Amino acid sequence: EANAVIIPQCSHIPPGRRGCLMETTVSPNKEELVIRPLHSGDIYTSFQFRTLWETDFTRENKVSHYRLFPKSLGQVISKFSVRELHISFTQGYWRTMQWGQPYLPSPPGAELWVWFQDSLTDVDGTWKELTNVLSGIFCASLNFIDSTNTVQPSASFKPLGIGNVTDHQIVCTENLTPWKKLLPCGSKAGLAVLLKSEKLFHSSFHSQAVHIRPVCKDDQCKTTSWELRQTLNVVFDLHNSGQGKNEWSLFKMFSRTLTEACPVASSSKIYIDITDNSQGEQFELSPATPLLSQAVVLGDRRTFSVYDLTQQITFGTICNVLKLPVTYSAHAGDMLRPLLHAERYVAGYGLQTGEIHTLMYNNHPYRSFPVLLLDSVPWYLRLYIHTLTVTSKGKDNKPSYIHYQPSKDRVRPHLLEMLVQLPPNSVTEVTLQFERALLKWTEYTPDPNHGFYVGSSVISSLVPSIVAMDTNNSRERPLFSSFFPSKEESSYFVRVYTEPLLVNLPTPDFSMPYNVICLTCTVVAVGYGSLYNLLTRSFQIEEPSPGLAKRIANIIRKMRGVPPL
Amino acid sequence: MAAPLTLLLLVAVTVRAALFRSSLSELISERVEVVSPLTAWKRVIEGLALLDLGVSPYSGDVFHETPLTIYLFHFLVDYAEVTFMLADVITAVALYMAVKDYNKQVFRKQKFALEADRYPLDCLELIRSPKEMYYIPLKVAMFYLLNPFTILSCVAKSTCGLNNAIIALFILSTIKGNVLLSAIFLSLATYQSIYPLTLCAPALLYLMQRQYIPVNFRRASFWWFIVQYAFMYLGSLFVIICLSFFLLGSWDYLPSVYGFILSVPDLTPNIGLFWYFFAEMFEHFRLFFLCVFQINVFFYTIPLSIKLKEHPVFLIFMQLAVISIFKSYPTVGDISLYMAFLPVWSHLHRFLRNIFLVSCVLLACSALFPVLWHLWIYAGSANSNFYYAITLLFNVAQILLVSDYFYAFLRREHHLTYGLYLKRKDGSEATLVLK
Repeated sequence: EANAVIIPQCSHIPPGRRGCLMETTVSPNKEELVIRPLHSGDIYTSFQFRTLWETDFTRENKVSHYRLFPKSLGQVISKFSVRELHISFTQGYWRTMQWGQPYLPSPPGAELWVWFQDSLTDVDGTWKELTNVLSGIFCASLNFIDSTNTVQPSASFKPLGIGNVTDHQIVCTENLTPWKKLLPCGSKAGLAVLLKSEKLFHSSFHSQAVHIRPVCKDDQCKTTSWELRQTLNVVFDLHNSGQGKNEWSLFKMFSRTLTEACPVASSSKIYIDITDNSQGEQFELSPATPLLSQAVVLGDRRTFSVYDLTQQITFGTICNVLKLPVTYSAHAGDMLRPLLHAERYVAGYGLQTGEIHTLMYNNHPYRSFPVLLLDSVPWYLRLYIHTLTVTSKGKDNKPSYIHYQPSKDRVRPHLLEMLVQLPPNSVTEVTLQFERALLKWTEYTPDPNHGFYVGSSVISSLVPSIVAMDTNNSRERPLFSSFFPSKEESSYFVRVYTEPLLVNLPTPDFSMPYNVICLTCTVVAVGYGSLYNLLTRSFQIEEPSPGLAKRIANIIRKMRGVPPL
Repeated sequence: MAAPLTLLLLVAVTVRAALFRSSLSELISERVEVVSPLTAWKRVIEGLALLDLGVSPYSGDVFHETPLTIYLFHFLVDYAEVTFMLADVITAVALYMAVKDYNKQVFRKQKFALEADRYPLDCLELIRSPKEMYYIPLKVAMFYLLNPFTILSCVAKSTCGLNNAIIALFILSTIKGNVLLSAIFLSLATYQSIYPLTLCAPALLYLMQRQYIPVNFRRASFWWFIVQYAFMYLGSLFVIICLSFFLLGSWDYLPSVYGFILSVPDLTPNIGLFWYFFAEMFEHFRLFFLCVFQINVFFYTIPLSIKLKEHPVFLIFMQLAVISIFKSYPTVGDISLYMAFLPVWSHLHRFLRNIFLVSCVLLACSALFPVLWHLWIYAGSANSNFYYAITLLFNVAQILLVSDYFYAFLRREHHLTYGLYLKRKDGSEATLVLK
């Protein structure tokens, strides 16, 4: 990987031989860390690393100049005609009611969404190859992604893409290491130094993601460049690893200290969310910093203390010393309740049928807004769409748009997309009945009684915000607030993932294939034998057979030619 | 005889209506013994809902009914209960009339044989009298309508009831001698599920017998009749299939309906032999055993037709039984159709050997099916092997029943030819064995 540190001074390099990184108004490589103490007493840390790559595939077929962009991903983009790619590995479930909305939502397990170029003809073949290549790059078993768990939604994910939310994946060090390798500085300098696996995986929630998409370089969007964002969201549990005193430091959280800034990074900052601490009553930052920043994140105006790692002064003071004494907040009800929240569970008993219930909460006091619900259910839970009911506040709430693609056994899963209007301050319940299928004995997972996972449903919506949003687009903004652009000034885009479901299927007895084949064939043979006897034999009078002595005598007599007894 | 039949119909309709109104109807429509993925009412409703959503019902794997069924229920979905009760009534009345006509012919043949002195003297007690045959049609209708299996099938609104009605109408038209109607109903029955194709042979034999065409390969009239019947049958089948194409505008239904019946992808448990066999099958041999099991249904047609060429109605009974036992998704509705014929052979009772065992096993298995299903699926204290064992027993009992009646029938024919009280060479009483 060409991660050599190259200072962009394009004017001295003759053009024509290799691609030229033009000076842009937006910095090519940024990294930042946001630390936010949550009301439940946990700490939410979010790393974002962004790399820009100037290249145009239409002009040059072979791209060899990657600069800071990882070569493996660059080759993936060019070879598979990828327009946009989002892959995330998450362990744990994001508890929206306790922690608020995440900066970047992700479902438990692995999720991969890809948008291909229009020029691509064989989507299915390319999808299969792409999943295998990504499986190799990230050391994850994405090769189990095939047509049986891939969907092509029509509306939920814009731009239109092909996607897959796989079942339960344990995320571990093997996935983190290749992810770290994609960073420009690796894990040697800058914020990535803090990413030590033991502490990261000893947490309530851990999610790492890679997002590749084209971005406009200027306002007219005449040329585009590729943006690679790598994000890592971790929620540390205070009670789990607290040592009596509620005092946090970077070293206590990550067991590493910041040694130096990443030389290739144009911007490397740490933001601490101090909105709830305006009077300094909850916690106190040490060392204090005069830099403050305000941003509107998820419809809420937040204030941040900023530590700039590119300044040597900061480094000298915060190295190993950044302390964050946090007192546990007794009134968690102060927190701004998330406006959109969802839950999902399976109802019913027995292994024959069941019901999926999805509950969507709209906590806005007076505004109703539409949500788009995307459900992808595996084929072995046979959904009955005529049993779909959507009720809000006890009354029927008919969705205005339903797109349903039924499953085909062993080929593709069910896809259900619905546009539902959620009334203000209400709970909307979506129920759907299903029947559990009996699979062939080879189709069960090695531990069949654990159950089968059903991927999270995705609820996307433009939620009206309580605080008006700043529309000034061209200024430099922190990464975590600029991921999802929103056009309206008073609403923001939210995507909520529900819990994955664990469903038991009836199982045959796995020790019995030979016995079953023998017994069933015996029954068929009983039928065949009885009918064969009756068809080929006729009734005859039974002569009593003589005793043994007489029979032997008769044989000897026959040999002699004498009539028998 | 109209009055007792009407009374029977009233009783049957009342029982069904009472069960429709009770809470048991929900329970019964979920039972896997009564409904299969091919015949479940829930899936018909699902297909209609998919059609309303603008999605083809055959794009998924939930709906496996034929397009004519969708068309029928598109108009009748609000009157479904009446439709299924009417189907049962039609089946019973058709069987009643068919058996009445058949009895008349049996009696007439017997009279001719008696006059021609073809029966040995000592088998006169085997001769049937009109008095004993008088109530047989009513008993047939009763056996069908009041059979718990039929009632369960009707209350569950399983489309098996419609299939039974079509087959009953086919039998009626065959016995009345109407070649065209027989071909049309047979093609409808084949269109619904492929297996009634084997009923071609008994229909041909019966109609040829009725028209005094000798069943001889060397005679031109034999082949000419077969060509005529095949033409009518294939023609009406072609018309129905093209009509189905025009109803929904695509050929999607062919793999969804016929591909589904033949390749058995859905392994939902039922009372047949296929589900567990193919759930536990080694992948390498799947296609081989699938072919073996499907050929098994069609395989007995030719041998049985050769053996029973003088008795085509008994052949119909045997074929229906073989189809119900060995088809890919059997339900109790299929069983009730061939069981309705048992009173027609009530004169064979003295030659039946296993009837006590068979009836005990059938009753016990019918009682154990729901128990072991509950233990496997809901209580979790049994596993699939328990249910599978009862399936095996049930099918063995059915096979024994059918072969027992076949044995008794053949034995009676033998006695009618050679005499009832047979003596051995030394004058003592003989025993008959099959050799």
